[in-house]
Amino acid sequence: MILDQVIFLITAVVVLTAAILVVSVPKMIHAALWLILALAGIAVLFVLLQAPFFAVVQVIVYIGAIAVLVIFAVMLTRKAMQDDGPQLNRYSVLAAAVSLMLFAVLTGMLLSWDGANNLPVNPAVNPDTIVNLGESLTNPQGFLLPFEVASILLLAALVGAIYIGREHRAGKEEE
Amino acid sequence: MIPLSWYLVLSAALVCIGVFGVISRRNAIAMLLGVELILNAVNINLLAFWRYMDVIHVTGQVFTIMVITAAAAEVAVGLAIFIAVYRNKRTIAAEDVADLKG
Amino acid sequence: MNFLSDPVTFIGNWLTGLVASLGMPKETAAAWVTGVAVGILPLLAMLWVLVLIWYERKVIGRLQDRPGPNRVGPFGLIQPVADMLKIFLKEHILPAGVDRIPYNLAPILAVGGVLGMWIVVPFSATVHGVDINVGALYIIAVGAIGTLGIIFAGYSSNNKYALLAAFRVVAQLISYEIPMVLALLVPVLLARSMGMNTIVQAQPVWFILAAPLAALLFFISSIAEVGRSPFDLAEAESEIVAGFNTEYSGLKFGMFYVGEFLHAFTNSLIFTALFLGGWQGPGAEQFPILGFIYFFLKTVVVHFLGIAIRGSMPRFRIDQVMQLNWKLFTPIALAAFSAAALVEKLAANLGDAARIGIHILVNAVILGVVLLIGSRVFKARGIRLDALAERNRAAVKLSMEKSHDS
Repeated sequence: MILDQVIFLITAVVVLTAAILVVSVPKMIHAALWLILALAGIAVLFVLLQAPFFAVVQVIVYIGAIAVLVIFAVMLTRKAMQDDGPQLNRYSVLAAAVSLMLFAVLTGMLLSWDGANNLPVNPAVNPDTIVNLGESLTNPQGFLLPFEVASILLLAALVGAIYIGREHRAGKEEE
Repeated sequence: MIPLSWYLVLSAALVCIGVFGVISRRNAIAMLLGVELILNAVNINLLAFWRYMDVIHVTGQVFTIMVITAAAAEVAVGLAIFIAVYRNKRTIAAEDVADLKG
Repeated sequence: MNFLSDPVTFIGNWLTGLVASLGMPKETAAAWVTGVAVGILPLLAMLWVLVLIWYERKVIGRLQDRPGPNRVGPFGLIQPVADMLKIFLKEHILPAGVDRIPYNLAPILAVGGVLGMWIVVPFSATVHGVDINVGALYIIAVGAIGTLGIIFAGYSSNNKYALLAAFRVVAQLISYEIPMVLALLVPVLLARSMGMNTIVQAQPVWFILAAPLAALLFFISSIAEVGRSPFDLAEAESEIVAGFNTEYSGLKFGMFYVGEFLHAFTNSLIFTALFLGGWQGPGAEQFPILGFIYFFLKTVVVHFLGIAIRGSMPRFRIDQVMQLNWKLFTPIALAAFSAAALVEKLAANLGDAARIGIHILVNAVILGVVLLIGSRVFKARGIRLDALAERNRAAVKLSMEKSHDS
């Protein structure tokens, strides 16, 4: 049990440090690399929460696809923003203040709730959770509709991204 | 064992870091990274609440799947828009793309 | 537990007993032994690469009508060891302008991503790392980490050829992940589980029988995932110097090299576990050591097939690689997966033999439709396969005559 806590604390420190570096390092490509570290740490948290499926999905979707996409985009737009120029806009001090206040308010609210500290954790997660999840996603009484809507959303995003991202050459008629 | 509050405080901190990134970074892609942090914090929260309060049902997990789907769609379209903007205006600083401002 | 029938479990139990007899609680002792095993497995895998390198160079050599390594030791067996020692002693060169952390992390990720796959491989009825219930998905996830290593290498090298190669390879890897995942879902569907050991246990009849198309797609996609010939655009010397690892030398280059060879073998392991029944065979349940042998033999056959393809196929162009994936593999994989799901649902009440028969029939129909459409497309574009084949034969004949003259 105490081992869990040690792992959690180490992971939390890594995730938070990486996240702070994501929003503060001047070089965009480094920000993307730190984001990968933060996402990997969050995958570890999912394992601690006994949701191995989501840990694996986190690695596939966020690290394998989204982070790679971001790195591609950063490299394609590298010339636009010199890395030595100012990376933060003039509201940065205000933004820091706002987010610190937000953190204080959120934490205060969460800790004033009784359940946050003495909610008993359920002893073990049913190993069939994945089966249940799959069945409820394809069950009309369950979450079939949201699941289909999500797939339509993905399809629309796919088509939209290709259309927007495609190069429309000057002088060439739209196909 | 890990109290629920630890997860909640961690995800609150992640949200705030993400908000800071979204407000203060000039580079549009960096703003997107901030949004990613926020969405991940949401996922931590959803799964933590699922684990501590509703482990019998799968509702929390379904919500997490939806968030991941939305995040993937958002990144794909967002990056496509930034690259299109970059092609047309040679910049991806968010404050330079203000043509619609009255 | 008999030593001869299940040596690994026997040694594990014996070691646990030994440590426990020194005055440690039983659970702690078991944890320590597990820790030692976790250290040994990757070590064995890395040493196994030495054999793989020798074997592959020898086979490719024979395929290309030359002896292969034959100087150091009997049959050149010590050659990889000599190469390894040489690579250990080489100077670590850090090119100017590299981004240090990603530059040094890239080779580690490339090898680590492959070694991570060994965790879920079921070697026999009793010996497997962890039997997590998302094993099949885990393999894909760990594969994504290898992709990351390549991007790191390409970006951090400060070399435009390395960057170009990394772009190409990553585009290829991400694209081929799609048919690979879809093909991998078919055995998952047939076994009704994502755990690797459960998938193996579900195959008294090998899945390659019920899902030949998926097996073929998985095999080809996994060659593309390793980035070997005919998909070796990563190292198209005539176009992009040495690919994403141009700026690497010494041990760091060696890591990429080891990673590639190990990846090819690991993919054969996974293919065997998914489609060829893994350790299944006569007597494998009673005598787990037999499972090892069956698994190994099947894997060697699959691995040899991969090497033979590597040694005999020319390289695709980048646009051909992409077209092959998006216009051929992805639609076929989608069709095969949907058809498998439909058959499993509709024929759930039929016996095993009838169900497998329907699966084979459906696969044949899909293949027939693909061939029909393909022939129409070729006809419409005026491509005549017999003319192409004739030209190839003439070219081969010419080169044979030339090599005999010289």
